[in-house]
Amino acid sequence: MMPATLSTVAYIGAIILFILSLGGLSSPESSRRGNLYGMIGMAIAVLATVLGPQATKAAYPWIIGAMAVGAAIGLYAARVVKMTQMPELVALMHSLVGLAAMLIGYANYVDPVETARFQGAEKTIHELEIYIGVLIGAVTFSGSLIAFGKLSARITGKPVLIPGRHWVNLAGLLVVIYCGGWFIRSHSIAEGMTPLVIMTVIALAFGVHMVMAIGGADMPVVVSMLNSYSGWAAAATGFMLNNDLLIVTGALVGSSGAILSYIMCRAMNRNFISVIAGGFGTGGGAPAAAAGAAPAGEVHPITAPETAELLRNAKSVIVVPGYGMAVAQAQHTVYEITKFLRDKAVNVRFGIHPVAGRMPGHMNVLLAEAKVPYDIVLEMDEINADFPDTDVAMVIGANDIVNPAAQEDPSSPIAGMPVLEVWKAKTVVVMKRSMASGYAGVDNPLFYKDNTRMLFGDAKKMLDEVLVALKA
Amino acid sequence: MPQLIAVPRETAVGEKRVATVPEVVEKLVKLGFRVAVQSGAGDAANFADDTYRAAGAEIIDDAARLWAAADIVFKVRAPSLSEVAAMRQGGTLVSFIWPAQNPELMQALAEKKATVLAMDSVPRISRAQKLDALSSMANIAGYRAVIEAAHHFGRFFTGQITAAGKVPPAKVFVIGAGVAGLAAIGAASGLGAIVRANDTRPEVADQIKSLGGEFVPVEYVEEGAGVGGYAKVMSEGFQKAQREVFARQAKEVDVIITTALIPGKPAPKLITADMVKSMRPGSVIVDLAAEQGGNCELTVPGEVAVRHGVTIIGYTDLPSRLAKQSSTLYATNLLRLTEELCKTKDGLVNVNMDDEVIRGTTVIKDGAITWPPPPPKLSAAPPKPAAPKPAVPAAKGHGAAAAPASAKSTAIVFLVGAVVFWFIGAYAPATFIAHFTVFVLACFVGYMVIWNVTPALHTPLMSVTNAISSIIAIGALVQVAPPIRESADRPTGWIVGLAVVSIALVAINMFGGFAVTRRMLQMFRK
Repeated sequence: MMPATLSTVAYIGAIILFILSLGGLSSPESSRRGNLYGMIGMAIAVLATVLGPQATKAAYPWIIGAMAVGAAIGLYAARVVKMTQMPELVALMHSLVGLAAMLIGYANYVDPVETARFQGAEKTIHELEIYIGVLIGAVTFSGSLIAFGKLSARITGKPVLIPGRHWVNLAGLLVVIYCGGWFIRSHSIAEGMTPLVIMTVIALAFGVHMVMAIGGADMPVVVSMLNSYSGWAAAATGFMLNNDLLIVTGALVGSSGAILSYIMCRAMNRNFISVIAGGFGTGGGAPAAAAGAAPAGEVHPITAPETAELLRNAKSVIVVPGYGMAVAQAQHTVYEITKFLRDKAVNVRFGIHPVAGRMPGHMNVLLAEAKVPYDIVLEMDEINADFPDTDVAMVIGANDIVNPAAQEDPSSPIAGMPVLEVWKAKTVVVMKRSMASGYAGVDNPLFYKDNTRMLFGDAKKMLDEVLVALKA
Repeated sequence: MPQLIAVPRETAVGEKRVATVPEVVEKLVKLGFRVAVQSGAGDAANFADDTYRAAGAEIIDDAARLWAAADIVFKVRAPSLSEVAAMRQGGTLVSFIWPAQNPELMQALAEKKATVLAMDSVPRISRAQKLDALSSMANIAGYRAVIEAAHHFGRFFTGQITAAGKVPPAKVFVIGAGVAGLAAIGAASGLGAIVRANDTRPEVADQIKSLGGEFVPVEYVEEGAGVGGYAKVMSEGFQKAQREVFARQAKEVDVIITTALIPGKPAPKLITADMVKSMRPGSVIVDLAAEQGGNCELTVPGEVAVRHGVTIIGYTDLPSRLAKQSSTLYATNLLRLTEELCKTKDGLVNVNMDDEVIRGTTVIKDGAITWPPPPPKLSAAPPKPAAPKPAVPAAKGHGAAAAPASAKSTAIVFLVGAVVFWFIGAYAPATFIAHFTVFVLACFVGYMVIWNVTPALHTPLMSVTNAISSIIAIGALVQVAPPIRESADRPTGWIVGLAVVSIALVAINMFGGFAVTRRMLQMFRK
C-alpha cells in the first residue's frame, strides 16, 4: 500500500507524461515516442490508483478481470480496424468514455459514504459536479453512438431535421435546469434519483438529436467536438472525485478537441454554432437554395489511358484526395501511381484540405497507410501557391474543397471558404462518379472549366486503369 | 471578291528569307484569301514554285504586275522606294518597316494612301506573342550565333576525355538574356559548353538557370527593366561595375555572344578593344547588335573580322542564314496576324484600330501616319522588385492562426471572465478553488500544446487524446472496494457492478486507443 503523498506524486508524473505525449505529436518523428509517453503515463496513473490508499486488495480481482476483458476487446479492435474506418472507431470510443463518465457519476451518487462527506456549499457543489458530469457523459455517449452510426453508414448521412428543433432543444435545456434545482434541493438519495434520471434521458435524447441534424461532411467538426466533450466529462468526474489528475487530463483532452473543432470550422468558413445547430445554411432553413446562376458550359470527359498520357508528360503533379478516395479504398493505387511517377522523376505531391474526409487528418492517415512519404503530403496553405506551376492537378473524390465558387461567387453558400486552387494548374483531372453536387449542394464551376477533364467512374477502378495504362 | 495576298521575292542583297511558305499558303486560302507568289521567291529558302502552286498559290513572274495586282503585300524586309512606287494606291503592306530609321519610306508609303502594318512594332503583350516576329527572328539569331561561333572556334564546345587526352569544355559568356540571348544560352549548353550570362534585369536569372546557364550578376543596385520588357540605359556607376565584370569574364571565356540592344538607341559599347586584347587567341565574339553599331568596339557590321587573334563576327543577317526556319516562323507570325485581321474568315482584312494589338502594329492607316502608338496598357515587364513577393505567407505557426480578436470582443470576454471568477471566488469553498485553479491552468497548457500539433497528425491526436481520456477509469477504480466504507445502506452490489462495467468499457478505450495510435504512427514515414 502506497502512502497518499506517493500516489499524488505519481499522478504529477503521469500529468507530465501526458503533456509530453501531446507535445510529441508536433512532428511525425517525435510522435511515436509521444505515444509511448502516453502509455507509460497511463500505466503509472492506474498503478498508483490501484496501489494507493483509495483501493483495497478486495478490489484487485474485479479490477484485473474488467481490465483484461476491456484490453482484449480494445487490442483486437485496434488490430483489425481499417484505416478508412478510423473515424467510426474514434467515435465509438468517445461513446465509451461518455458512458463510463455517466456510470461513475451514478455510482458516486448512490454511495452514501461519498455523499455524506460534504455539507453546505460543498455538498451543493459536489452534487452539481455529479449532475454536470452525468449530463456531459450522457450527451457524449448518445451523440458519439449516432456519429458512429452515421460514419459507418448505418444511419443516413443526411441531416435529419425535425420541425421546431431549436424550440425542442430550448425546452430540453429548461427541463434540465429545473431538474438540477430539484436534484440539489433533494434530501435523500432516493429523492434525488428521479430528477437525475429525467435529466439523463433528456441528455441522451439531446445527444441523438444534435448529431442527427448534422450532415456527413460536417462530421470532422462533430467528431472533434465529441472528443472535446469526452475530455470535459473526465474533468467533471475529476471535480466530483477531487482528483487533480482527472481534472488536468480532462482539460487537456477537452481543449484539444475544442481547438480541432475550431480549426475544422475555420477550414469550412462556418461558425461553430451553425454547424452544431445542424443542416447547411441554417439561416433560412432551406439548405443551399439555388444560389447564383448554375455554371454553364461544356464538360470535357477523359479516359483512363488519356489520363495516363497526361501524367506521363507532366513534370509536376499535385494530387488532391477527398472522401471519395477513402470510400473507394483507392489510396494504395494512388501510391502505386505516385511511386511510378516519382521513379520517372515527376514531382508528385499531395494537397490536403483540413476538412477532407470525415475526421481531422483523415487523408494523412490513409496516405500514410499506403506508404506515401509524409514529406510530400502538404497542407492547403503550403501548396496553394504552387498550383500555377503545376502541370496536372488530380482531384480524387473531392468536390467542395476544390470549388472555385468559394472565391469567385460571393453569393455562393460556400463563399469565403478556403479551397485548394486546383483550377490554376495547367490541367485538372477530376475523378468522380457522376456530376452530382457535393455535400454543400453547390454546383461546381470547376467541372466546366476549359482546363478541366472529367474522369467518370469509381475512383479505385479508374486509378487501376490509369496505372495499367501508365505501365504499358 | 476575296482579297489577293501577294508575296514578292526579296530584293535586298543576300536576303534569303521569304514572307510565306507553302504550308501557310494553304491556311491563308482557308481564311478565304487568294495568294500570289512571285516566281523564285522561295528558292533561296528551299521552297520551290511548284510547292507553292500545289498549296494553292498563283505564281506570277513579273514583280511589277504582282505589286499592281496585290490588295495586301507580305514582305520580310522593308520595301525599297522603287517597290513602293510599284505599289497600288490604297494597298496594304505587312513587313518589317523600322519607322524610326526610315522616315523617307514612311513618307512614300503615306503618299500611296497605303495601310502599313510593321512587324517590328507588334506590341509586347501576352496576347500578341504569337505574332511577335522580332522574337521569332531573335530566337533564330541566338541559335545561329552559337553555330557561327562554333564554326569559327578551333575547339570542341563540349568537354571530352579521349584516348588522346583531355579536352576542356568551351566557356561561353552571353551578354543580354533577351529572346536571342536565351536561345544562345540554350544552344551553347546543348553543345556542351559551360555557359555564363549577364543581364541588367536581375529577374531573368531564373530563366538563365532554366536553360543551363549560370547567372553572372553585376553587384550594383539599380533596376534595369524598362517599358515593354526591354532593357534601358543604365547609370554611369552601374556601367563601370558592369565593365569590370565583363573584363574579368573576357579573360576567362572562349566565346562571347553579345545581344544588348536598347530600343531606338545605338547599341551600347560593352566590349572594349582592351577586353578583346585580353582574350585568348582563337577566341570568338559574335555581336548580334552589329546592325545597330555593335556591342564590341571592333565589330565590323556585316563581316567577320580578326583582331588581336580574336574572330569578331558582325553578321547582320543571321536569321537569313537559317532561311528555311526563319521563313517558316515569320510566315506563321504573318498568318497569326492575318487571323487577327480577318476574324470573319471571308478573305477581307479589317484593320480594327480599337484592337490593342492591331493598333500597335499599324504604322500607317489609309495614308495617315499612326506611329508611334500610345504606350501599351499592360507591359510585359516583370513586377517591380521594389514590391517583393511576400516570401512564405507570414511563416505561419499554428499559434499565429488565432488572430488577435478585436478590442471590443476582447473587452467583453474579459468582463464576462471577471464576473465568473468573482462569482466563484465569492461563493465556492476553498477545496473547489484549488481544483478550479488546476483546471484553468490545464486548459491553457492544453491550448498551447495542441496548437503545435501538425495537421497531418490530427487523427492520431484524436485517438491519443481519446486513449488518454480513459484516465476516467481512475474514477471507477476507487469505487470498487474503497477502504473502511462499510455502511448499512450502501448498495455495494450496485456500486461494484457499475464500477466494474465502467472499468471494462474504459479499458477498451485505453488499450485500443493507444494501440491504434501506435499502429497509425508507425505508418507515417518519409
